Amino acid sequence: MTILLFGVTKDIVGSSTLSVPTTSVTGKKIPNTVRELRQFLGDAYPELNKLSSLAVAVNNAYAKDEQIINSYDEIALIPPVSGG
Amino acid sequence: MDRYTRQTSLSDFGEVGQQKLSEAKVLVVGLGGLGLPALQYLNAMGVGTLGLIDQDIVDYHNLQRQILYTEKDVGKSKLNTAHNKLQSQNSETNFILHDTFLTRNNALEIIKEYDLVLDATDNFPTRYLINDACVVLNKPFVYGALHGFEGHVSVFNFKGGPTYRCLYPEMPTVEEIPNCDENGVLGVTPGIIGNLQALEAIKVVTGIGKVLSGKLLVFDGLHQNYLKIAFKTHPENLAIKELRETYESSGCSIINSISAQDFSQKRLNKSQIVLDVRTPKEFEHNHLAESINVPLQELELPFNLIESKAPIYVICQSGKRSELAIEQLQKAHPELTFCNILGGMNRLSILTQ
Repeated sequence: MTILLFGVTKDIVGSSTLSVPTTSVTGKKIPNTVRELRQFLGDAYPELNKLSSLAVAVNNAYAKDEQIINSYDEIALIPPVSGG
Repeated sequence: MDRYTRQTSLSDFGEVGQQKLSEAKVLVVGLGGLGLPALQYLNAMGVGTLGLIDQDIVDYHNLQRQILYTEKDVGKSKLNTAHNKLQSQNSETNFILHDTFLTRNNALEIIKEYDLVLDATDNFPTRYLINDACVVLNKPFVYGALHGFEGHVSVFNFKGGPTYRCLYPEMPTVEEIPNCDENGVLGVTPGIIGNLQALEAIKVVTGIGKVLSGKLLVFDGLHQNYLKIAFKTHPENLAIKELRETYESSGCSIINSISAQDFSQKRLNKSQIVLDVRTPKEFEHNHLAESINVPLQELELPFNLIESKAPIYVICQSGKRSELAIEQLQKAHPELTFCNILGGMNRLSILTQ
């Protein structure tokens, strides 16, 4: 699944999109919920763990941690931004 | 009302819309990249009363995005400069000037006089303060914010709709999200976002179209993408009845502060202990005679101050780095009294002009 990155998450990852595998060849756990996705991304990019309020949108709606995600979902990470 | 004929001739807007605009009282918090384009349009279109609030001065590096200001305005007060220009743009508008920053102590008093607030600030503490004050007073507010080539827009607290805290419940720390000073902004981006805020303000006031409530618009300028994210109201966020004790960025410590004006007075009577936490280069350029340069990057309290009984004033260019410095210093020296000079060297220099 492809994840769109905004704000500081784009700076942390160094790209505006990120691909997350949906099948595992290494036996590594594949994220099935928003919570698992947060953990998965936090392991890959520890800087993301520092963000205390990071909104995750699934199919253009704010998603709770327990929401189930599928490979065809459109996912975006939207951290707060403060500039003016 | 010939002046507005090009918009009153729109059937959905009409004389009725114009009348509503002329009766509206809108407060724009912040006279920077977002606030100025919004104000220029709200003023041009005939919003009856516009409140302006900011205590900053025009800086040279503001000019790439704050296009109401010219080179001649550098060093002058944003409030007076913007007011003069907006007044000559539309002499019929009633302007209310607030020569201050929005703080916990004045927010409710100021905002209660308006129908709608436009959040055009550049920092999280003021954004959360505006949110909470608007919820307490039951006023809608149009939010806009930037990061690099991106921007956010939404209308919060509109007819029971969600608030800023429904999207981001708690304020991020300074370490998490960089502010505008450290993080670049492409000049045109605030122009786009500020104009979208003006459009939403007009819609809220006149009732035309569908207000951007319950949706966060995420604009990505590099790819010309507009993403709209739906989000819901959390009723507990509408139940706020009073402001929090503090809106400092750390969320836990209360930082003493003094206005630049009061500090100048103190200084006239008696020399004060002042730490200047700017870079050596900035310090070399200009500094207060009595100040000691301790750059934020290598922050350490000079040995002779470790048992200081007198308050230690901390200054930087705009008052933001000095706030960060105090957070660190206070942790290391909880028994000492530190005090932030609000508005920093920028504000002091305008006072001594």
